[in-house]
Amino acid sequence: MNKKIANWGNYPVAVCDEIDFSLEEQLLPLIQGSGPAIARGNGRCYGDASLSETTYSTLKYDKVLAFDTQNGLLTCQAGITLDQVLEIIVPMGWFLPVTPGTKFITLGGAVASDVHGKNHHVDGAFSSHIADIDILVADGRVINCSPEFNIDLFEATCGGMGLTGLILRVSFRLKKIETAYIRQKQVKAANLEEIISLFEQYRHYTYSVAWIDCLKKGKDFGRSILILGEHATVNELSNKRQSTPLLLPDKKQITFPVNLPSFILNMYTVRAFNFLYYHKNIKREINRVVSYEPFFYPLDAILHWNKGYGKNGFVQYQFVIPLESRKGLIEILTRISDRGMGSFLAVLKVFGKQQSMISFPMEGYTLALDFPVRNGLFSFLDELDRIVLNYGGRIYLSKDARMNPEIFWNSYGNLDRFMETIRKYNPDYKFRSFLSDRLLLTKN
Amino acid sequence: MPNVLILGASSDMAVAIARSFARNKYDLELAARRVSRLEPLKSDLMIRYGVNVILVEFDAADTSHHALFYHSLLVQADISICVFGYMPDQHSAQQQWEETEKTIISNYSGAVSILNIIAEDYEKKKQGTIVGISSVAGLRGRQSNYIYGSAKAGFIAYLSGLRNRLYPAHVGVITVLPGFVRTRMTSGLKLPPFLTADPAEVGIAVFEAVRKKTDIIYVKWFWRWIMMLIRIVPEAIFKKLKM
Repeated sequence: MNKKIANWGNYPVAVCDEIDFSLEEQLLPLIQGSGPAIARGNGRCYGDASLSETTYSTLKYDKVLAFDTQNGLLTCQAGITLDQVLEIIVPMGWFLPVTPGTKFITLGGAVASDVHGKNHHVDGAFSSHIADIDILVADGRVINCSPEFNIDLFEATCGGMGLTGLILRVSFRLKKIETAYIRQKQVKAANLEEIISLFEQYRHYTYSVAWIDCLKKGKDFGRSILILGEHATVNELSNKRQSTPLLLPDKKQITFPVNLPSFILNMYTVRAFNFLYYHKNIKREINRVVSYEPFFYPLDAILHWNKGYGKNGFVQYQFVIPLESRKGLIEILTRISDRGMGSFLAVLKVFGKQQSMISFPMEGYTLALDFPVRNGLFSFLDELDRIVLNYGGRIYLSKDARMNPEIFWNSYGNLDRFMETIRKYNPDYKFRSFLSDRLLLTKN
Repeated sequence: MPNVLILGASSDMAVAIARSFARNKYDLELAARRVSRLEPLKSDLMIRYGVNVILVEFDAADTSHHALFYHSLLVQADISICVFGYMPDQHSAQQQWEETEKTIISNYSGAVSILNIIAEDYEKKKQGTIVGISSVAGLRGRQSNYIYGSAKAGFIAYLSGLRNRLYPAHVGVITVLPGFVRTRMTSGLKLPPFLTADPAEVGIAVFEAVRKKTDIIYVKWFWRWIMMLIRIVPEAIFKKLKM
């Protein structure tokens, strides 16, 4: 059925023919009966990655197929969301090996975007924990692939934005936990130099990420709060919690009621927010034990928080640049503070090494920022793209809605191999999205 | 653990109802045509909720085998929920008797056949609950959907009579009249979002109705009032409307 769809950034909005499926027998008629299409899960990529003339909604294809509770191996259909996965695995003493900042993404989306989390420097991206994947390719075959079998398909599917086919089933390895809690440490950094050395100092921590104030200039340039975490052991819990260490957190959620008028977000409100956020931590260092929910998913508690950016929507801009290009990071942050293009959510993280065909992460600094869509934004982001490219970095496709193909083709490595694999399994570009068309990956 | 039999377990609504009962620790018997299609659903319910699930072959149209089907079940369930149904394209049903007949069998006579058998059993045992999923379309025939609607109307009358008959035996009969629900059956239709329920809401509503022993539920409360308005329009006016 044709309907207006937008992903999380509410930009762009497109009319797509959405088709869903829940049974195996529906798959073949599905791909034979529709035009160019892309799989779409819960719509939590930000831009146009899961928009196409036709979208295959995977949300009803959400069954748990096998759970080896001894070895922590879980097999599910691709449309299950990570929040459902957590409800199953946490009470059994297991956790997601890698999780992004929202649990409302699907498993298929986690593979197609090869998502990363606060533990990338230790555990790598999601693809490092996949045992195998079943994928429906354009000619109607279902192919099993893994790091050992059909390696080309596996590599091009992890981070491949759905262009190799429709991901059906994923088996992946979980992480053993003793409790549903995180031992959290927060450390304030007065400026960029300090936060970078803190990342270095605390790099043995499993989880690390920093909130950074992009509007500060001068001596406070880059002031931040580093947030670190380890899975808490039973002994580290309060007596009250020790009796039920794997209890799922309560579902306390509020819904963002309406689209805010876009003028509410401006340099002054962002400044005020940043001031409060930074100074709420009075002590330089705070240590506490918290539930995994606020630690990993602080924004999930506010459903539809994206409406806070107004009906014009927003784009999230996330790039990574190599460690040796720290100057590039400074240059970009300077441009942002000079232009007053502040963002409520500016998140800095250091990635570890990653060898993959097409995935976004690589060793270096990654910064993610939200910008409401307004006049002048796109040309400003084009300027930032240039800097990222000059310093050998790249932009995260799952968040992108506007990058020029030239930047993409010059910043991602292995595109020849990626294209070769796409042409092998998706020769007529049956699977294509507005993103892949825009970046000239699937333009005939 | 208490046991639920779901007849017509392959639909989106049936999946939601199954999950709702499994969440509340009911074991399940899932009955459907070509039931091996539902292996993924079986593993899903067992792993998520730790309940027992068995799959049983069942064809609503094959009424001559309904007695055998029911009496060969491992356990006769405490609750039987009749979910199967079929909505034709009204226009093709008008022109092709096969479509109309399929509609009548799936929404009315097939349901009556199996529920007759279950009702006998529950009446004898003096316990049990029967749930029938009908439709608001059965409350008044409209030109756009009256073949489906009339079969559902027959089912509504059947459930009402059955409830009346089984009352002395303490067997509950629940009529579910979902308004619009986002399912495969309605996937081609443009539905007003505000009036449309998710299958999950139907699942929860059915479980609550069983728990509270409600007679008739509408899932979204305003459907009761919408249908009341539709039913009080005098026939002299109603026949002129384009509905």
